[in-house]
Amino acid sequence: MAQKKTFKTIQEINQKIRQGKVVVVTADEMADIVRKKGPEKAAREIDVVTTGTFAPMCSSGAFINFGHSKPPIKALRVWLNGVQAYAGLAAVDVYLGATEAVKDDPLNKIYPGQFKYGGGHVIHDLVAGKKITLKATAYGTDCYPNQLVEKRVTLADLPSAMLLNPRNAYQNYNCAVNLGKKTIYTYMGVLKPNAGNANYATSGQLSPLLNDPFYLTMGLGTRIFLGGAQGYIIGPGTQHNPKAKRGKNGLPLTPAGTLMVMGDLKGMKPEWIAGASLLGYGCSLAVGIGVPIPIINEQMARFTGVSDEDIVTQIIDYGNDYPRGETKSLGQVNYAELKSGTIRFRGEDVPAVPMSSYVKALKIARILKGWIEKGDFFLTEPQVMLPTVPF
Amino acid sequence: MYSKILALRFPEEIVDEPITVNLVRNFDLSFSILKATIYPRKEGFMVLELSGEKSAFQKGVRYLKDLGVKVESIGQDIRRDDEKCFQCGACTAVCPTGALHIKRPEMEVLFDKDRCVACELCVSACMARAMSVTFDKTLLS
Ligand code: SF4
Ligand code: SF4
Repeated sequence: MAQKKTFKTIQEINQKIRQGKVVVVTADEMADIVRKKGPEKAAREIDVVTTGTFAPMCSSGAFINFGHSKPPIKALRVWLNGVQAYAGLAAVDVYLGATEAVKDDPLNKIYPGQFKYGGGHVIHDLVAGKKITLKATAYGTDCYPNQLVEKRVTLADLPSAMLLNPRNAYQNYNCAVNLGKKTIYTYMGVLKPNAGNANYATSGQLSPLLNDPFYLTMGLGTRIFLGGAQGYIIGPGTQHNPKAKRGKNGLPLTPAGTLMVMGDLKGMKPEWIAGASLLGYGCSLAVGIGVPIPIINEQMARFTGVSDEDIVTQIIDYGNDYPRGETKSLGQVNYAELKSGTIRFRGEDVPAVPMSSYVKALKIARILKGWIEKGDFFLTEPQVMLPTVPF
Repeated sequence: MYSKILALRFPEEIVDEPITVNLVRNFDLSFSILKATIYPRKEGFMVLELSGEKSAFQKGVRYLKDLGVKVESIGQDIRRDDEKCFQCGACTAVCPTGALHIKRPEMEVLFDKDRCVACELCVSACMARAMSVTFDKTLLS
Protein backbone atom coordinates (compact mmCIF):
# COMPACT_ATOMS: atom_id res chain seq x y z
CA MET A 1 0.00 0.00 0.00
CA ALA A 2 1.36 3.41 -0.91
CA GLN A 3 1.89 5.88 1.88
CA LYS A 4 -1.22 8.09 2.10
CA LYS A 5 -0.83 11.82 1.70
CA THR A 6 -0.49 13.50 5.06
CA PHE A 7 -3.53 15.51 5.86
CA LYS A 8 -2.75 16.53 9.42
CA THR A 9 0.60 17.65 10.74
CA ILE A 10 1.96 17.44 14.27
CA GLN A 11 1.94 21.27 14.38
CA GLU A 12 -1.76 21.30 13.54
CA ILE A 13 -2.46 18.78 16.26
CA ASN A 14 -0.47 20.85 18.75
CA GLN A 15 -2.43 23.91 17.69
CA LYS A 16 -5.62 22.03 18.52
CA ILE A 17 -4.18 21.05 21.91
CA ARG A 18 -3.47 24.72 22.58
CA GLN A 19 -7.04 25.65 21.58
CA GLY A 20 -8.49 22.86 23.69
CA LYS A 21 -10.05 21.28 20.60
CA VAL A 22 -7.94 18.17 20.29
CA VAL A 23 -9.74 14.83 20.08
CA VAL A 24 -7.88 12.08 21.91
CA VAL A 25 -8.96 8.47 22.41
CA THR A 26 -7.26 5.47 23.97
CA ALA A 27 -6.11 2.62 21.72
CA ASP A 28 -8.90 0.29 22.87
CA GLU A 29 -11.52 2.94 22.07
CA MET A 30 -9.91 3.48 18.68
CA ALA A 31 -10.40 -0.19 17.82
CA ASP A 32 -14.19 0.31 18.21
CA ILE A 33 -14.24 3.63 16.39
CA VAL A 34 -12.39 2.28 13.35
CA ARG A 35 -14.58 -0.80 13.30
CA LYS A 36 -17.73 1.33 13.31
CA LYS A 37 -16.74 4.33 11.19
CA GLY A 38 -13.93 3.05 9.03
CA PRO A 39 -10.37 4.43 8.99
CA GLU A 40 -11.12 7.39 6.70
CA LYS A 41 -13.75 8.93 8.92
CA ALA A 42 -11.81 7.99 12.08
CA ALA A 43 -8.73 9.80 10.74
CA ARG A 44 -10.77 12.96 10.24
CA GLU A 45 -12.34 12.87 13.67
CA ILE A 46 -9.50 11.63 15.87
CA ASP A 47 -6.24 13.52 16.37
CA VAL A 48 -4.30 11.35 18.81
CA VAL A 49 -4.51 7.76 20.02
CA THR A 50 -2.84 7.01 23.34
CA THR A 51 -1.26 3.65 24.14
CA GLY A 52 0.15 2.09 27.29
CA THR A 53 2.14 -0.77 28.71
CA PHE A 54 3.28 -1.75 32.20
CA ALA A 55 5.49 -4.77 32.71
CA PRO A 56 8.90 -5.83 33.97
CA MET A 57 11.46 -4.58 31.45
CA CYS A 58 14.86 -5.90 32.39
CA SER A 59 16.88 -3.74 30.05
CA SER A 60 16.42 -0.66 32.20
CA GLY A 61 18.54 1.44 34.51
CA ALA A 62 19.57 4.90 35.55
CA PHE A 63 22.52 7.20 35.09
CA ILE A 64 23.14 8.78 38.46
CA ASN A 65 25.50 11.56 39.41
CA PHE A 66 25.88 11.63 43.18
CA GLY A 67 27.77 14.90 43.49
CA HIS A 68 31.18 15.67 44.93
CA SER A 69 32.02 15.32 48.56
CA LYS A 70 34.80 17.11 50.39
CA PRO A 71 37.47 15.92 49.79
CA PRO A 72 36.35 14.66 46.37
CA ILE A 73 36.44 11.06 45.22
CA LYS A 74 36.96 9.35 41.87
CA ALA A 75 34.75 6.37 42.60
CA LEU A 76 36.01 2.95 41.61
CA ARG A 77 33.17 0.87 43.05
CA VAL A 78 29.77 2.18 44.08
CA TRP A 79 26.84 0.56 45.88
CA LEU A 80 23.37 1.98 46.38
CA ASN A 81 21.62 0.21 49.25
CA GLY A 82 24.13 -2.58 48.71
CA VAL A 83 23.42 -2.91 44.98
CA GLN A 84 26.49 -2.37 42.87
CA ALA A 85 26.33 0.24 40.13
CA TYR A 86 28.70 0.45 37.20
CA ALA A 87 31.29 3.11 38.07
CA GLY A 88 33.52 2.97 35.01
CA LEU A 89 32.51 6.53 34.13
CA ALA A 90 33.62 9.96 35.35
CA ALA A 91 34.36 10.47 39.05
CA VAL A 92 30.84 10.50 40.52
CA ASP A 93 28.76 9.16 37.63
CA VAL A 94 27.38 5.62 37.76
CA TYR A 95 24.92 3.48 35.86
CA LEU A 96 22.61 1.47 38.05
CA GLY A 97 21.18 -1.51 36.19
CA ALA A 98 17.73 -2.86 37.03
CA THR A 99 18.72 -6.53 37.24
CA GLU A 100 21.76 -6.18 39.51
CA ALA A 101 20.96 -8.04 42.74
CA VAL A 102 21.95 -6.78 46.18
CA LYS A 103 25.38 -8.05 47.23
CA ASP A 104 25.22 -11.30 49.19
CA ASP A 105 21.92 -12.23 47.57
CA PRO A 106 21.90 -16.05 47.49
CA LEU A 107 20.79 -15.77 43.83
CA ASN A 108 19.71 -19.21 42.62
CA LYS A 109 21.80 -21.08 45.20
CA ILE A 110 18.58 -21.55 47.11
CA TYR A 111 16.42 -22.49 44.17
CA PRO A 112 14.24 -20.85 43.06
CA GLY A 113 15.89 -17.62 44.20
CA GLN A 114 13.62 -14.87 45.45
CA PHE A 115 15.64 -11.85 44.29
CA LYS A 116 14.00 -9.62 46.84
CA TYR A 117 16.11 -6.54 46.22
CA GLY A 118 18.07 -5.20 43.29
CA GLY A 119 18.72 -2.23 41.05
CA GLY A 120 15.06 -1.89 40.07
CA HIS A 121 14.11 -1.70 43.75
CA VAL A 122 16.72 1.01 44.39
CA ILE A 123 15.24 3.05 41.54
CA HIS A 124 11.79 2.48 43.00
CA ASP A 125 12.94 3.58 46.49
CA LEU A 126 14.55 6.71 45.06
CA VAL A 127 11.41 7.64 43.14
CA ALA A 128 9.34 6.99 46.28
CA GLY A 129 11.48 9.60 48.06
CA LYS A 130 13.15 7.11 50.40
CA LYS A 131 16.63 7.65 51.82
CA ILE A 132 19.17 5.22 50.46
CA THR A 133 22.76 4.44 51.49
CA LEU A 134 25.42 5.29 48.97
CA LYS A 135 28.87 3.82 49.38
CA ALA A 136 31.80 4.59 47.09
CA THR A 137 35.35 3.31 47.32
CA ALA A 138 38.39 4.52 45.38
CA TYR A 139 42.15 4.18 45.06
CA GLY A 140 42.72 7.94 45.49
CA THR A 141 44.39 10.32 43.06
CA ASP A 142 46.22 13.62 43.42
CA CYS A 143 43.11 15.57 42.46
CA TYR A 144 40.57 13.18 44.05
CA PRO A 145 42.26 11.91 47.22
CA ASN A 146 39.19 10.52 49.00
CA GLN A 147 39.03 6.74 49.16
CA LEU A 148 35.71 6.19 50.86
CA VAL A 149 32.39 7.99 50.82
CA GLU A 150 29.38 6.72 52.66
CA LYS A 151 26.25 8.80 52.90
CA ARG A 152 22.47 8.65 53.07
CA VAL A 153 20.82 10.37 50.14
CA THR A 154 17.40 10.91 48.62
CA LEU A 155 16.57 11.51 45.00
CA ALA A 156 16.36 15.22 45.73
CA ASP A 157 20.00 15.21 46.96
CA LEU A 158 21.31 13.76 43.71
CA PRO A 159 22.45 16.39 41.19
CA SER A 160 21.09 14.24 38.40
CA ALA A 161 19.30 10.93 38.01
CA MET A 162 18.23 9.98 34.52
CA LEU A 163 16.36 6.81 33.67
CA LEU A 164 17.84 5.44 30.44
CA ASN A 165 16.47 2.11 29.31
CA PRO A 166 18.26 0.46 26.39
CA ARG A 167 15.35 -1.81 25.49
CA ASN A 168 11.71 -1.34 26.45
CA ALA A 169 8.24 -1.78 25.04
CA TYR A 170 8.88 -4.90 22.96
CA GLN A 171 6.58 -5.01 19.97
CA ASN A 172 4.91 -8.38 20.47
CA TYR A 173 6.42 -11.15 22.56
CA ASN A 174 6.36 -14.93 22.85
CA CYS A 175 3.68 -16.91 24.59
CA ALA A 176 5.60 -19.25 26.90
CA VAL A 177 4.74 -22.82 27.86
CA ASN A 178 6.81 -25.54 29.52
CA LEU A 179 6.78 -28.95 27.91
CA GLY A 180 9.26 -30.29 30.48
CA LYS A 181 8.41 -32.51 33.42
CA LYS A 182 9.02 -30.07 36.27
CA THR A 183 7.99 -26.53 37.12
CA ILE A 184 10.39 -23.91 35.81
CA TYR A 185 11.01 -20.32 36.86
CA THR A 186 11.65 -17.94 33.99
CA TYR A 187 11.51 -14.27 33.04
CA MET A 188 8.10 -15.25 31.64
CA GLY A 189 7.00 -16.26 35.14
CA VAL A 190 6.35 -19.63 36.73
CA LEU A 191 5.64 -22.28 34.09
CA LYS A 192 4.08 -25.52 35.22
CA PRO A 193 5.11 -28.79 33.55
CA ASN A 194 3.29 -30.39 30.62
CA ALA A 195 2.06 -26.99 29.44
CA GLY A 196 0.21 -26.36 32.70
CA ASN A 197 -0.06 -22.67 31.87
CA ALA A 198 0.73 -20.33 28.98
CA ASN A 199 2.23 -16.96 29.94
CA TYR A 200 2.24 -13.87 27.75
CA ALA A 201 3.66 -10.40 28.16
CA THR A 202 2.27 -7.56 26.11
CA SER A 203 -0.73 -5.31 26.53
CA GLY A 204 -2.04 -6.35 23.10
CA GLN A 205 -4.23 -3.70 21.48
CA LEU A 206 -2.93 -1.08 23.95
CA SER A 207 0.73 -1.78 23.26
CA PRO A 208 2.59 1.21 21.77
CA LEU A 209 4.47 -0.51 18.95
CA LEU A 210 1.52 -2.69 17.96
CA ASN A 211 -0.40 0.51 17.17
CA ASP A 212 2.29 1.83 14.87
CA PRO A 213 3.73 -1.39 13.50
CA PHE A 214 6.09 0.30 11.01
CA TYR A 215 7.18 3.06 13.40
CA LEU A 216 5.89 5.76 11.06
CA THR A 217 5.24 8.34 13.80
CA MET A 218 7.94 7.67 16.35
CA GLY A 219 11.65 8.10 16.63
CA LEU A 220 14.33 10.07 18.42
CA GLY A 221 12.66 12.91 20.22
CA THR A 222 9.12 11.53 20.49
CA ARG A 223 7.73 12.69 23.82
CA ILE A 224 6.08 9.90 25.83
CA PHE A 225 4.67 8.96 29.23
CA LEU A 226 7.54 7.33 31.11
CA GLY A 227 7.23 6.21 34.70
CA GLY A 228 4.55 8.78 35.45
CA ALA A 229 6.48 11.71 33.97
CA GLN A 230 7.20 12.98 30.49
CA GLY A 231 10.13 11.23 28.85
CA TYR A 232 11.44 10.60 25.37
CA ILE A 233 12.13 7.91 22.85
CA ILE A 234 15.81 8.31 22.00
CA GLY A 235 16.15 5.66 19.33
CA PRO A 236 15.59 2.02 18.49
CA GLY A 237 16.10 -0.23 21.48
CA THR A 238 18.71 -2.99 21.46
CA GLN A 239 17.57 -6.02 19.44
CA HIS A 240 15.16 -3.77 17.47
CA ASN A 241 14.27 -6.00 14.55
CA PRO A 242 11.89 -4.49 12.00
CA LYS A 243 12.57 -7.44 9.68
CA ALA A 244 10.64 -9.93 11.80
CA LYS A 245 8.03 -11.88 9.86
CA ARG A 246 4.74 -10.01 9.60
CA GLY A 247 1.15 -10.93 8.89
CA LYS A 248 -0.99 -9.46 6.10
CA ASN A 249 -2.02 -6.62 8.40
CA GLY A 250 1.63 -5.63 8.83
CA LEU A 251 1.84 -6.74 12.45
CA PRO A 252 4.92 -8.76 13.41
CA LEU A 253 4.26 -12.38 14.33
CA THR A 254 7.26 -12.59 16.66
CA PRO A 255 9.18 -10.12 18.88
CA ALA A 256 10.20 -7.25 16.58
CA GLY A 257 10.68 -3.53 17.30
CA THR A 258 11.90 -2.08 20.60
CA LEU A 259 12.44 1.39 22.05
CA MET A 260 15.28 3.06 23.86
CA VAL A 261 13.79 5.60 26.24
CA MET A 262 14.99 8.27 28.60
CA GLY A 263 13.45 10.46 31.27
CA ASP A 264 14.23 12.36 34.44
CA LEU A 265 13.66 10.16 37.49
CA LYS A 266 12.87 13.25 39.51
CA GLY A 267 9.44 13.67 37.96
CA MET A 268 8.46 10.00 38.13
CA LYS A 269 5.99 8.30 40.47
CA PRO A 270 6.51 5.02 42.35
CA GLU A 271 3.21 3.72 41.00
CA TRP A 272 4.60 3.74 37.47
CA ILE A 273 8.17 2.62 37.96
CA ALA A 274 8.59 -0.22 40.44
CA GLY A 275 11.09 -2.87 41.45
CA ALA A 276 10.20 -6.41 40.47
CA SER A 277 11.38 -9.82 41.74
CA LEU A 278 11.07 -12.63 39.24
CA LEU A 279 11.17 -15.89 41.16
CA GLY A 280 14.11 -18.04 40.13
CA TYR A 281 15.16 -15.53 37.51
CA GLY A 282 16.26 -12.20 38.92
CA CYS A 283 15.50 -8.62 39.80
CA SER A 284 13.90 -6.28 37.33
CA LEU A 285 12.09 -3.00 36.95
CA ALA A 286 8.44 -2.69 36.00
CA VAL A 287 8.17 0.30 33.69
CA GLY A 288 5.08 2.19 32.64
CA ILE A 289 5.25 3.61 29.12
CA GLY A 290 2.63 5.36 27.02
CA VAL A 291 3.23 6.62 23.52
CA PRO A 292 0.86 9.09 21.85
CA ILE A 293 0.23 8.29 18.21
CA PRO A 294 -0.75 11.23 16.01
CA ILE A 295 -3.42 10.27 13.49
CA ILE A 296 -1.81 12.11 10.61
CA ASN A 297 -3.57 10.09 7.94
CA GLU A 298 -5.94 7.25 7.19
CA GLN A 299 -3.17 4.71 7.37
CA MET A 300 -2.41 5.59 10.99
CA ALA A 301 -6.12 5.35 11.80
CA ARG A 302 -6.14 1.87 10.31
CA PHE A 303 -3.06 0.85 12.26
CA THR A 304 -4.30 2.21 15.58
CA GLY A 305 -7.63 0.50 14.94
CA VAL A 306 -5.90 -2.78 15.75
CA SER A 307 -7.69 -5.04 18.21
CA ASP A 308 -6.58 -8.05 20.23
CA GLU A 309 -7.80 -10.62 17.71
CA ASP A 310 -5.59 -9.10 14.99
CA ILE A 311 -2.40 -9.58 17.01
CA VAL A 312 -0.83 -12.98 16.73
CA THR A 313 2.11 -14.45 18.60
CA GLN A 314 3.98 -17.75 18.74
CA ILE A 315 3.81 -20.39 21.44
CA ILE A 316 7.34 -21.29 22.49
CA ASP A 317 8.53 -24.09 24.78
CA TYR A 318 10.66 -22.69 27.61
CA GLY A 319 11.14 -26.13 29.16
CA ASN A 320 13.35 -27.78 26.56
CA ASP A 321 13.67 -25.58 23.46
CA TYR A 322 14.39 -22.12 24.79
CA PRO A 323 17.22 -23.09 27.17
CA ARG A 324 18.89 -24.70 24.15
CA GLY A 325 18.63 -21.44 22.25
CA GLU A 326 15.77 -22.59 20.05
CA THR A 327 12.56 -20.69 19.49
CA LYS A 328 10.61 -23.09 17.33
CA SER A 329 6.94 -22.12 17.13
CA LEU A 330 4.57 -24.72 18.51
CA GLY A 331 1.57 -22.86 17.22
CA GLN A 332 0.02 -19.42 16.98
CA VAL A 333 -2.39 -17.69 19.24
CA ASN A 334 -3.97 -14.22 19.22
CA TYR A 335 -4.35 -11.81 22.13
CA ALA A 336 -8.13 -12.10 22.26
CA GLU A 337 -7.66 -15.81 22.97
CA LEU A 338 -4.90 -15.14 25.48
CA LYS A 339 -6.96 -12.51 27.29
CA SER A 340 -9.96 -14.84 27.46
CA GLY A 341 -8.00 -16.81 30.06
CA THR A 342 -7.68 -20.12 28.22
CA ILE A 343 -6.09 -21.14 24.98
CA ARG A 344 -6.36 -24.37 23.04
CA PHE A 345 -2.97 -26.01 22.80
CA ARG A 346 -2.47 -29.52 21.47
CA GLY A 347 -6.15 -30.21 21.84
CA GLU A 348 -6.34 -29.13 25.47
CA ASP A 349 -7.44 -26.05 27.36
CA VAL A 350 -4.48 -24.30 28.95
CA PRO A 351 -4.86 -21.35 31.36
CA ALA A 352 -3.34 -18.17 29.89
CA VAL A 353 -1.53 -15.95 32.38
CA PRO A 354 -0.50 -12.33 31.79
CA MET A 355 2.84 -10.95 32.99
CA SER A 356 1.97 -7.47 31.77
CA SER A 357 -0.67 -5.41 33.55
CA TYR A 358 -3.60 -4.56 31.30
CA VAL A 359 -5.22 -2.54 34.08
CA LYS A 360 -2.17 -0.32 34.48
CA ALA A 361 -1.60 -0.11 30.71
CA LEU A 362 -5.12 1.22 30.30
CA LYS A 363 -4.62 3.69 33.16
CA ILE A 364 -1.48 4.98 31.45
CA ALA A 365 -3.30 5.46 28.14
CA ARG A 366 -6.03 7.35 30.01
CA ILE A 367 -3.60 9.54 31.97
CA LEU A 368 -1.77 10.45 28.77
CA LYS A 369 -5.08 11.23 27.11
CA GLY A 370 -5.93 13.51 30.05
CA TRP A 371 -2.58 15.31 29.84
CA ILE A 372 -3.04 16.02 26.14
CA GLU A 373 -6.64 17.16 26.54
CA LYS A 374 -5.65 19.53 29.34
CA GLY A 375 -2.79 20.97 27.33
CA ASP A 376 -0.13 19.61 29.68
CA PHE A 377 1.45 17.47 27.01
CA PHE A 378 2.35 18.46 23.44
CA LEU A 379 3.41 16.10 20.71
CA THR A 380 6.92 16.33 19.31
CA GLU A 381 8.19 15.73 15.81
CA PRO A 382 10.68 12.83 15.84
CA GLN A 383 14.07 13.94 14.50
CA VAL A 384 15.37 10.56 13.38
CA MET A 385 12.96 7.74 12.60
CA LEU A 386 13.44 4.16 13.78
CA PRO A 387 14.74 1.63 11.27
CA THR A 388 11.79 0.05 9.49
CA VAL A 389 10.76 -2.00 6.48
CA PRO A 390 8.33 -1.13 3.68
CA PHE A 391 4.72 -2.18 4.24
CA MET B 1 15.08 -21.55 54.63
CA TYR B 2 11.68 -22.64 55.85
CA SER B 3 9.83 -20.89 58.60
CA LYS B 4 6.43 -21.29 60.15
CA ILE B 5 4.61 -20.11 63.19
CA LEU B 6 3.33 -23.01 65.23
CA ALA B 7 1.04 -23.35 68.20
CA LEU B 8 2.11 -26.16 70.52
CA ARG B 9 -0.04 -27.69 73.25
CA PHE B 10 1.69 -29.89 75.78
CA PRO B 11 0.07 -32.40 78.06
CA GLU B 12 1.01 -32.01 81.73
CA GLU B 13 3.50 -34.93 81.70
CA ILE B 14 5.91 -33.30 79.32
CA VAL B 15 5.71 -29.68 80.32
CA ASP B 16 9.18 -29.98 81.77
CA GLU B 17 10.84 -31.58 78.73
CA PRO B 18 13.58 -29.37 77.25
CA ILE B 19 11.93 -29.54 73.86
CA THR B 20 13.20 -26.29 72.41
CA VAL B 21 16.76 -27.21 73.33
CA ASN B 22 16.30 -30.54 71.55
CA LEU B 23 14.91 -28.86 68.46
CA VAL B 24 18.01 -26.74 68.21
CA ARG B 25 20.50 -29.44 69.10
CA ASN B 26 19.09 -32.42 67.22
CA PHE B 27 17.46 -30.80 64.23
CA ASP B 28 19.50 -27.66 63.71
CA LEU B 29 16.40 -25.50 63.85
CA SER B 30 16.18 -22.03 65.25
CA PHE B 31 13.17 -20.65 67.01
CA SER B 32 11.77 -17.63 68.68
CA ILE B 33 9.09 -17.93 71.30
CA LEU B 34 6.24 -15.53 70.74
CA LYS B 35 4.18 -16.69 73.66
CA ALA B 36 4.40 -19.32 76.37
CA THR B 37 1.93 -20.06 79.13
CA ILE B 38 1.14 -22.84 81.50
CA TYR B 39 -2.55 -23.08 82.10
CA PRO B 40 -4.00 -23.86 85.57
CA ARG B 41 -4.54 -27.49 84.67
CA LYS B 42 -0.80 -27.64 83.97
CA GLU B 43 -1.25 -27.90 80.25
CA GLY B 44 1.36 -25.90 78.38
CA PHE B 45 0.74 -23.64 75.41
CA MET B 46 3.42 -22.09 73.32
CA VAL B 47 3.53 -20.14 70.09
CA LEU B 48 6.87 -20.22 68.37
CA GLU B 49 8.37 -19.43 65.06
CA LEU B 50 10.44 -22.36 63.92
CA SER B 51 12.93 -22.01 61.08
CA GLY B 52 15.44 -24.18 59.32
CA GLU B 53 15.85 -26.57 56.43
CA LYS B 54 12.50 -27.89 55.27
CA SER B 55 13.38 -31.55 55.87
CA ALA B 56 14.79 -30.78 59.33
CA PHE B 57 11.66 -28.78 60.06
CA GLN B 58 9.49 -31.75 59.21
CA LYS B 59 11.58 -34.09 61.35
CA GLY B 60 11.40 -31.62 64.22
CA VAL B 61 7.64 -31.49 64.00
CA ARG B 62 7.49 -35.29 63.96
CA TYR B 63 9.64 -35.37 67.10
CA LEU B 64 7.18 -33.05 68.81
CA LYS B 65 4.19 -35.09 67.77
CA ASP B 66 5.84 -38.31 68.93
CA LEU B 67 6.30 -36.72 72.32
CA GLY B 68 2.58 -36.10 72.50
CA VAL B 69 2.66 -32.41 71.69
CA LYS B 70 -0.27 -31.14 69.64
CA VAL B 71 1.16 -29.11 66.78
CA GLU B 72 -0.93 -26.71 64.77
CA SER B 73 0.18 -24.24 62.24
CA ILE B 74 -1.26 -20.96 63.37
CA GLY B 75 -4.15 -19.24 61.64
CA GLN B 76 -2.01 -17.91 58.83
CA ASP B 77 -3.36 -15.03 56.99
CA ILE B 78 -2.39 -14.07 53.48
CA ARG B 79 -2.69 -10.41 52.62
CA ARG B 80 -2.31 -8.42 49.51
CA ASP B 81 -0.92 -4.93 49.63
CA ASP B 82 -3.10 -3.35 46.97
CA GLU B 83 -0.81 -0.37 46.63
CA LYS B 84 2.11 -2.61 45.74
CA CYS B 85 0.14 -4.91 43.46
CA PHE B 86 0.86 -4.32 39.75
CA GLN B 87 -2.44 -5.90 38.70
CA CYS B 88 -0.47 -8.09 36.32
CA GLY B 89 -1.98 -11.49 36.96
CA ALA B 90 1.24 -13.52 37.12
CA CYS B 91 0.15 -14.99 40.47
CA THR B 92 -2.84 -16.69 38.87
CA ALA B 93 -0.39 -19.22 37.42
CA VAL B 94 0.39 -20.61 40.86
CA CYS B 95 -2.72 -20.01 42.96
CA PRO B 96 -4.30 -23.46 43.28
CA THR B 97 -7.73 -22.34 44.45
CA GLY B 98 -8.54 -19.38 42.26
CA ALA B 99 -8.37 -17.04 45.27
CA LEU B 100 -6.25 -14.87 43.00
CA HIS B 101 -8.17 -14.61 39.76
CA ILE B 102 -8.82 -12.26 36.88
CA LYS B 103 -12.10 -10.51 36.28
CA ARG B 104 -12.75 -10.26 32.56
CA PRO B 105 -12.98 -8.30 30.36
CA GLU B 106 -11.55 -5.64 32.70
CA MET B 107 -8.51 -7.84 33.40
CA GLU B 108 -8.62 -6.77 37.05
CA VAL B 109 -6.76 -9.14 39.36
CA LEU B 110 -8.93 -9.88 42.37
CA PHE B 111 -8.01 -11.52 45.67
CA ASP B 112 -10.82 -13.49 47.24
CA LYS B 113 -9.67 -14.20 50.77
CA ASP B 114 -12.37 -16.76 51.39
CA ARG B 115 -10.93 -19.04 48.75
CA CYS B 116 -7.36 -18.69 50.03
CA VAL B 117 -5.91 -21.77 51.72
CA ALA B 118 -2.72 -20.01 52.82
CA CYS B 119 -0.50 -22.27 50.73
CA GLU B 120 1.87 -19.31 50.32
CA LEU B 121 2.71 -20.13 46.72
CA CYS B 122 1.88 -16.60 45.62
CA VAL B 123 4.16 -15.00 48.18
CA SER B 124 7.37 -15.62 46.28
CA ALA B 125 5.74 -15.84 42.84
CA CYS B 126 4.38 -12.29 43.05
CA MET B 127 6.83 -10.06 41.24
CA ALA B 128 5.75 -6.99 43.19
CA ARG B 129 6.07 -8.85 46.50
CA ALA B 130 2.58 -7.66 47.28
CA MET B 131 1.48 -10.91 48.95
CA SER B 132 2.56 -11.50 52.53
CA VAL B 133 1.91 -13.90 55.37
CA THR B 134 0.75 -12.64 58.70
CA PHE B 135 -0.71 -14.66 61.48
CA ASP B 136 -3.60 -14.39 63.80
CA LYS B 137 -2.30 -12.11 66.52
CA THR B 138 -5.26 -12.72 68.80
CA LEU B 139 -3.62 -16.00 69.81
CA LEU B 140 -0.81 -14.05 71.39
CA SER B 141 -2.85 -11.73 73.51
S1 SF4 C 1 1.52 -11.26 40.85
FE1 SF4 C 1 1.51 -9.83 42.57
S2 SF4 C 1 1.50 -7.84 41.55
FE2 SF4 C 1 0.83 -9.29 40.00
S3 SF4 C 1 -1.42 -9.30 40.20
FE3 SF4 C 1 -0.63 -10.97 41.50
S4 SF4 C 1 -0.51 -10.02 43.52
FE4 SF4 C 1 -0.62 -8.34 42.06
S1 SF4 D 1 -1.80 -18.39 49.60
FE1 SF4 D 1 -2.22 -19.97 48.05
S2 SF4 D 1 -4.45 -20.03 47.95
FE2 SF4 D 1 -3.94 -18.14 49.01
S3 SF4 D 1 -3.89 -16.60 47.39
FE3 SF4 D 1 -1.80 -17.34 47.63
S4 SF4 D 1 -1.58 -18.97 46.13
FE4 SF4 D 1 -3.80 -18.59 46.36
